[in-house]
Amino acid sequence: MWLWLLRRLGQVIPTLLILSVLVFALQQLMPGDPALILAGEERGDPQVLAQIRAELMLDRPLHEQYLHWLWRVLHGDFGFSWRIRMPVGQLILEKLPVTFQLAAMSFVIGVAIGVPAGVMSAVWRDKPSDWAINGIALFGISMPNFWLGIMMILLFSVQLGWLPPSGYVPLWEDPVMSLQTTIMPAFVLGTGVASVLMRHTRAAMLGALSQDYVRTARAKGLSEKFVVGKHALRNALIPVVTLGTIEFGRLLAGAVLTEQIFSIPGFGKLVVDAVFNRDYPVVQGVVMATALIFVTLSLIADMLYMAINPRLRTA
Amino acid sequence: MSVAAIETGESPGRRALRRFAQHKLAMFGLVIVVIFVLAAALAPWIAPFDPLETNWSRLRQPPSWTHPFGTDENGRDVLSRVLHGARASMMAGVIAVGGAVLIGVPIGLLAGLGGKWMDVVISRVADAMLSIPFLILAIALAAFLGPALENAMLAIAISASPIFVRLARGMALDARNTDWVEAARAMGNPPWRIGLLHVLPNILPPLLVQATLAIAEAIIAEASLSFLGLGQQPPNPSWGSMLNSAQRFIDSAPWLAIFPGLAIFLVVLAFNLVGDGLRDALDPRSQKR
Amino acid sequence: MIRRTLLAACAALGLSAGIAQAQAPTQNLRIGLREDPDILDPTLARTFVGRIVFASLCDKLFDINDKLEIVPQLATGYTWEDPRTLLIRLREGVRFHDGDIMDAEAVRYSLNRHLTMQGSFRRSEINTIEAMEVVSPLQIRIRLTGPSAPFLSQLTDRAGMIISPRAAEAAGRNFGNHPVCAGPFRFVERVAQDRIVVERFPEYWNAGAVHLNRITYLPIPDSTVRLANLQSGALEMVQTIDPDDVPAVRRNSRLRVSVSDELGYQGITINTGNGARAQTPMGQNPRVREAFELAIDRDAVNRVVYEGMFVPTAQPVPPANPMHIRDFRPEPRNVERARALLREAGVTTPVRVEMTVPNNPDLRQVGEVIQAMVREAGFELRLNATEFATSLQAAARGDFETYLVAWSGRVDIDGNFWAFTHSRGAQNDGRYANPEVDRLLDAARIEPNAEARRALYAQAYQIAIRQDRHRIYLWHRKNIVAHTARLSGFVNVADGLIRPQGIRLQ
Repeated sequence: MWLWLLRRLGQVIPTLLILSVLVFALQQLMPGDPALILAGEERGDPQVLAQIRAELMLDRPLHEQYLHWLWRVLHGDFGFSWRIRMPVGQLILEKLPVTFQLAAMSFVIGVAIGVPAGVMSAVWRDKPSDWAINGIALFGISMPNFWLGIMMILLFSVQLGWLPPSGYVPLWEDPVMSLQTTIMPAFVLGTGVASVLMRHTRAAMLGALSQDYVRTARAKGLSEKFVVGKHALRNALIPVVTLGTIEFGRLLAGAVLTEQIFSIPGFGKLVVDAVFNRDYPVVQGVVMATALIFVTLSLIADMLYMAINPRLRTA
Repeated sequence: MSVAAIETGESPGRRALRRFAQHKLAMFGLVIVVIFVLAAALAPWIAPFDPLETNWSRLRQPPSWTHPFGTDENGRDVLSRVLHGARASMMAGVIAVGGAVLIGVPIGLLAGLGGKWMDVVISRVADAMLSIPFLILAIALAAFLGPALENAMLAIAISASPIFVRLARGMALDARNTDWVEAARAMGNPPWRIGLLHVLPNILPPLLVQATLAIAEAIIAEASLSFLGLGQQPPNPSWGSMLNSAQRFIDSAPWLAIFPGLAIFLVVLAFNLVGDGLRDALDPRSQKR
Repeated sequence: MIRRTLLAACAALGLSAGIAQAQAPTQNLRIGLREDPDILDPTLARTFVGRIVFASLCDKLFDINDKLEIVPQLATGYTWEDPRTLLIRLREGVRFHDGDIMDAEAVRYSLNRHLTMQGSFRRSEINTIEAMEVVSPLQIRIRLTGPSAPFLSQLTDRAGMIISPRAAEAAGRNFGNHPVCAGPFRFVERVAQDRIVVERFPEYWNAGAVHLNRITYLPIPDSTVRLANLQSGALEMVQTIDPDDVPAVRRNSRLRVSVSDELGYQGITINTGNGARAQTPMGQNPRVREAFELAIDRDAVNRVVYEGMFVPTAQPVPPANPMHIRDFRPEPRNVERARALLREAGVTTPVRVEMTVPNNPDLRQVGEVIQAMVREAGFELRLNATEFATSLQAAARGDFETYLVAWSGRVDIDGNFWAFTHSRGAQNDGRYANPEVDRLLDAARIEPNAEARRALYAQAYQIAIRQDRHRIYLWHRKNIVAHTARLSGFVNVADGLIRPQGIRLQ
């Protein structure tokens, strides 16, 4: 197990290094002179400009700048936000828990709807309910989630007045309000997850149900429920678990639009605001952070896959 | 040549086509795709009004005979804007994904057929790019390059290419082990020739499936970026930016949100249906539904 | 079964919504702002929404009432010892949020900071100050370079805000991260682009007028979302709503709306001399600018975007201002003349122009409407949507071609004009410089006779606005404040600020 982990890390680290080069390269596309922007009100003073340039090492050759930047990143220093004068790392850490809460709720909703739907669809193959469920799943994938969000606000906030149309209350401050402010965006994101999970669960279940050992179990006279419940389900859940972990990572990105519509001060809104703030350090920091999270989640997904699927353990 | 073909005397391509044609939902999706593509291509001729033409005396009119989809907050005809908006979406879908294929497939083939080092480097770069969720990458590029439809398409193309790199690489690795390719290499054929003649024909089926599904995602991606204000810039229409402007008038003029949203939904659904149909038709192992 | 569970869940959510609201502490006010304020430092701040937050954090020497008269706040009175010397008497027993006592030395410190700090935007507001003298702990004498009509009114805004010298010295340029002033509320926390929270300051000199415990300011640039929050009860008050939402709010019995004419204007600033980006046909050629202005139909924009509620204009002060010049009206739209001007100017059409637009839905629509209008005259306008405070910073360093920006306005015309049009004006982002205009503005500043003063401004308009076309004035807006019916005691002053004194929540 540890050998496998080490080997995987050996793959991950070059990936991350290449990523850091790409993110650093983004910076070179930036229009304008960072020194002027950072100088703020003191931009008329050449001394101040020179000082900032020296600090940012803007006059050094590119590879030196990159190494210096990398060094700082490895120590957790992702730079300073231009708009808010706060370390980017701190900003990201502030906003991540909010998006995590949203992603977690969406994931729960997605699993709660998607997995049972997929199982039912596989078990009742080709019956009308299968078609209906498949149809709904296809709808779910094709529906643009910002449209769904707008429609939900129209219904639940404006017309019915049941839920606040925007804003966010942290879970530890007021659990009830927190639930109210996050249930709609979580549902919007959750439907996307549900649809994907549903299709994969269905495919996995179908595959499992047609396996020899299942037919053997049926031939032995075991009840259908037992067959489905014990054997097929367990094997069908394997890709779901691993896919689910990846989906969780994708939820971080999916949250961008939902947070914008529902004004939730999370990670997604941070990056969109950063674009309109022309706050390049924040954009860079977000890209790095997202990649790190994603890579970590993939690693966890692989580990889970290994843990659940005994046949792979010796790999 | 597969065993099945020898048995029935029908080429794999013909068989796939036949299976696809029998798949009712996929055909339905294909029809819709064709309609949208035609609408996008012929928009300048079939649109009843100039999509940029404002009319201050006809603000936010509900659907009527002159304006079947109504007018927007600047008096522009919504139907014409939806038709022209199809161009932005189709371009983002087809051109961007086309670009991704053109970039990704050769690189993937290179990784599969070339030396070990090339494979390692290319795979790591592809992994690096895959670890950034598509929308975040697109937003970052929009931040640095500036918001514009071309930049959005570039971002989509760049983000989608690793998938095709992986696909091509996988097929190339599989092909590498076959007798044909070993013989060809023994004879001294250069890798690019092997790739072109032996691997490429086999890659077309899964490539087609992947590309179709990628187009569906690309269309949603362009709509999302335009919704955020980072894609197609005003006054040029895009379904996404139309949805953004529609939010203000959601209770007084709901048609502004309904039609563009419906358009996105239908075209994405259609591409997904076609992609699913292609997958079922081209997969020699799938059972008949 | 599923349906019943779903219904039950929805009902539970609805019920808990009601319960949650009933339990909310009633004297906490949540105000929705149009954008996020920039730095909360009176010396360095430029945003109007920042002034709204300052209304609860930082008291000023004087304030204005709903009749636009100057009334005492931190000062109790003033005397003009001679036309250039002002003696101000200060209130006794005023404490800063850190406990220090406010005295004349603190006032001198604050005014000096406004005058000398690098990057101060207050400098051009009070640069007629020649010297300050602390006469006694509660009296300060200010000598001006010359008689100045607007000087006192400048002390009713940020230039008159007095901050704690001890806190300012300790924090330096970071004072804005945790401002320490003498207002009815003290700073608690700020999360950028999310919220600003202030709480009641018990030792406030006028504590009796304060009935609220806590105020939370929430920046929500999207007007639909802001209104939706008010309607759903997530906010008690919004700083402004769109004109076309006014009928809906009036129909809602649980909400109240209050409309007043603003003191300022909305306009387009043009970069004519600030850095490299001024080197454009638009920036260098007044005929091109004139063509641009002639292509715009202000009435149509007003109708399309604002339901005709605003007042089109060509000058920086609204009709209610005594210095408003009745005969100086906006020119009607003339596309033919615009095209002719472009031909005369010898520029190749379409002329590419970029306009920075703050990221609010209504301003984006204004941008699109103008885009359509100037297209007919031969301009290709590109819109650059930017967050508001960021756009201010960009404009200050010349990173713009044209900029759709508003000014909240001052009681005296000098506050709407000098800092923006004089070559030494701190808010003259376009770096327009015309010595003749400078002379007229400086003269008008010290002219005591109203008729003569108006004549000077009329001349200045002819040169700066009609001839040089240094900026385009579009319209005067309305302050449209909406709030819950449970809120009472709000006084709508034409400056659009929300003063917390007297506000009560049921």
